[in-house]
Amino acid sequence: MTWLHFMILLPFMFALIVPFIYKRLTPRIHTGWFVLFVPFTIFLFLLMYIPKIAKGEVFTSTVNWIPAYNINFTTYLDGLSLVFGLLIAGIGTLVILYSIFYLSKHREALHNFYVYLLLFMGAMLGLVVSDNYFVLYVFWEITSVSSFLLIAYWYERDRSRYGAQKAMLITVFGGLAMLAGLIMLSIMADTTSIRETLANVHLIQNHGLFIPAMILLLLGAFTKSAQFPFSIWLPDAMEAPTPISAYLHSATMVKAGIYLVARLTPIFGGTAEWFWFVVGIGLFTLLYGSFNAVKQTDLKALLAYSTISQLGLIMSLLGIGSAALYKDLGVEEAGLYATAIFAAIFHLVNHSTFKGSLFMVVGIIDHETGTRDLRRLGGLIHLMPVSFTLTVIGGFSMAGLPPFNGFLSKEMFFTAAVNASHMEIFNLPHLGMIIPIIAWVASVFTFIYCMILVFKTFKGKNKAPKLDKAIHEAPIGLLVSPIILGALVILFFFIPNVVSKYLLKPAFASVLPSLAHTVESKKISAFHGFNTELWMTIGVVAVGIILYLLLKKWYKIYRLYPQAITLSNLYNLSLEYMEKLAKSITDFYMTGFLRDYLVYIFGFLIVIIGGSLVLFNGVTFDMSQDSPISFFDIGIVIAMIISSVTVLFSKSRITSIVAVGALGFLVSFFFVLFRAPDLALTQLVVETVTTVLFLLCFYHLPQLKKEISRIRFKAVNAIISIGVGAVVTIVALSANGTHLFDSISSYYEDSYKLAGAKNIVNAILVDFRGIDTMLEILVLTVAGLGVYTLIKVRLVGGDKNEETK
Amino acid sequence: MKKPNDIIIRSVTKVAVVIILTFAINLFVSGHHFPGGGFIGGLTFAAAIILLFLSFDIETVRKNIPVDFKVLAGVGVLIAVLTGVGGMVFGEAFLTQAFGYFDLPVFGKTELATAVIFDIGVALAVIGTAITIIMTIGDDR
Repeated sequence: MTWLHFMILLPFMFALIVPFIYKRLTPRIHTGWFVLFVPFTIFLFLLMYIPKIAKGEVFTSTVNWIPAYNINFTTYLDGLSLVFGLLIAGIGTLVILYSIFYLSKHREALHNFYVYLLLFMGAMLGLVVSDNYFVLYVFWEITSVSSFLLIAYWYERDRSRYGAQKAMLITVFGGLAMLAGLIMLSIMADTTSIRETLANVHLIQNHGLFIPAMILLLLGAFTKSAQFPFSIWLPDAMEAPTPISAYLHSATMVKAGIYLVARLTPIFGGTAEWFWFVVGIGLFTLLYGSFNAVKQTDLKALLAYSTISQLGLIMSLLGIGSAALYKDLGVEEAGLYATAIFAAIFHLVNHSTFKGSLFMVVGIIDHETGTRDLRRLGGLIHLMPVSFTLTVIGGFSMAGLPPFNGFLSKEMFFTAAVNASHMEIFNLPHLGMIIPIIAWVASVFTFIYCMILVFKTFKGKNKAPKLDKAIHEAPIGLLVSPIILGALVILFFFIPNVVSKYLLKPAFASVLPSLAHTVESKKISAFHGFNTELWMTIGVVAVGIILYLLLKKWYKIYRLYPQAITLSNLYNLSLEYMEKLAKSITDFYMTGFLRDYLVYIFGFLIVIIGGSLVLFNGVTFDMSQDSPISFFDIGIVIAMIISSVTVLFSKSRITSIVAVGALGFLVSFFFVLFRAPDLALTQLVVETVTTVLFLLCFYHLPQLKKEISRIRFKAVNAIISIGVGAVVTIVALSANGTHLFDSISSYYEDSYKLAGAKNIVNAILVDFRGIDTMLEILVLTVAGLGVYTLIKVRLVGGDKNEETK
Repeated sequence: MKKPNDIIIRSVTKVAVVIILTFAINLFVSGHHFPGGGFIGGLTFAAAIILLFLSFDIETVRKNIPVDFKVLAGVGVLIAVLTGVGGMVFGEAFLTQAFGYFDLPVFGKTELATAVIFDIGVALAVIGTAITIIMTIGDDR
């Protein structure tokens, strides 16, 4: 247990006391002020690691969790984890600060909000520092669950519930696929640790499970990072409160997939499959997202699609960079491609800053004007000058313009794309040119939607009279967080090499340790001379401006694509049909007819127990040890037969109950005959009580009627009952005839010495097998309470259920 | 359920219940060395109360025995679990039972065993559950 473990668990522990803080201090103090200190502490704590990690140190420590299965909570803090950790804690702090002013302490269920947020924060931190596959998976799923809860924060809205369910289904589907992939990986590498897997890469790359594991892991990463075609959940996730969209759905959680791909690059990188999957899906997502963002009219939806597109960009960069691990490359060439990984990490950090601030500004606009609809907004420049400035910073950075950090990473992206087109591996000579072309086209669309975001909202005619509120600039509390992020956007442009030295290079070294030296002397500079990349940027700006001005002319193409065949619609339809199918299957066997259920149960009993008896040659009779049959035995058996036949032919329920009771008492006579007084006593009392119980139950039932039913129906009943009787009899006799083990009863004969009790049966019950008895009475009590609840609570709660329908 | 209004069964019950209850306690106490124990004792005890239900009204019995049998069952389980924890306090495994022989003023040399406390838990749980079930089903009409 180290401080790092403690820091990961801190959000979880604090989540426990949040409800109490909320209950005590609302509405005097906003709960967020207390929560704020959690991410801030973690942020400061992680800052202390920067100098050491920049020197190339890594920190590992293990706390045992399930050592028997090699599942231990091992933390591994290196450059990559640190970058993510700082983003999570840093943006977390800003988002919580923002939420204090965004969410009203009078109206909102703040305790829910902050508990979910802390759960997410802890899980996300755990995810990026876990070295163990399965611990990583657990944290991964907790982030999905907390994302679900946060999207459904305003759960009384239909859209929120729909969006939450969609996000949950898609990301958990991916998570399960990832689990299968992780299991395969741990089988191949014979370890559950990521670091040890890296040491055993040679075992993996020629293994038969290599490709299946890769596809499954990528499924997990793509669903989480909203890559095409799984991107459909992200726009619907925008139903969450804006601080959440800024935090989970643009800055951190959706980057978990990026993290996973970066982490696994040393394992899978260098193969053609990995390259094409990651680059192909990444580029397509980039184009798809930016193209669709242009047509959005809701500001948050626009940002959602832009996030999808930017995630695709980072993903494709990671894919291009993975080529550096190809076996036959020279060091220089490998270093050239590896720059793409460096660009990916840089853009990831930049994206979190500018997208975070943009989301917060959109939240402010929504908060102040009451709408996010572009068709109703306009001319806010004079009313909200600070928000306008922040939007310009964020939007121009996203468009890739100087002097903002987006320009630097966008240039590097173009460099990587151009380099990729020169690659001579993976069939690239034929297809290579596609990469820079898609990159360029997508960037044009990115430029257009950034312009829409900035100018449609703030310039143009003031449509304020249409809105119900008087509009003014947001309070300073709401503005602090986006201003800090906006300042970072500019700051990173001017001091990229400081950022690079302390954050990016160590992160790069943890993705590609073998190529760490290639970026050692790398300098990021804004101007490289008039090379291809700069001309590409100039082209993007020129074409972008023309297309933005002519937007109305070509906007029609969006209407060409029919709504009915969108991915989202496909998702809705498949969900609908899945429900129908499930219902029809369930209806097929859930007939509501008690006799059918008994047929299933007893049918299975015959098939499974009878079947395994036959399969494993379990039928053996051994009568040699049995005691001789006496006169009493025969008498009792005859009486038992008579009473059981009476049950079958009795005309009234009372007769049946009495006959069944008689059967039970006769069994207890057997116990007396075989000198088992404890059993006989128990059987007697149990029979008495159950007979009363039967009488009570049957009192409520109608008169027994002669059932008139078809022959087939009766035949099935007869077969089943005779079958069950035969199977149980054979099992009992075989159990008596089989001697696999020596009898253990001799141990209990010492009960007086061992337990101070002369009654062996009781000593077994309360002492030797005490835990059985304890759990049995627990089950008994739970069953009793179950009966009570079923009968009593139904009557009380009846009206309430009606209401919710 | 019909209101039984039978003078004979009521008179017999009044005597019989005392005998059954005594027998139940005897069964419980003798369980350590002779046939009996918490389960049977508890069940017999429950049977006595059920006999009261049958011959008198449930309401009457409930008024005269103002015990919430659901709670009684819970208390029984709790006692059983706590005796288990008791062993842990003395550094033994969970549910370790101890016994010893003591000289008590009236009884002379007597054996005292923690297993009996555990057995009390079992008995209470059985009584509580059995009567809860019977009362719930019998009451519902």
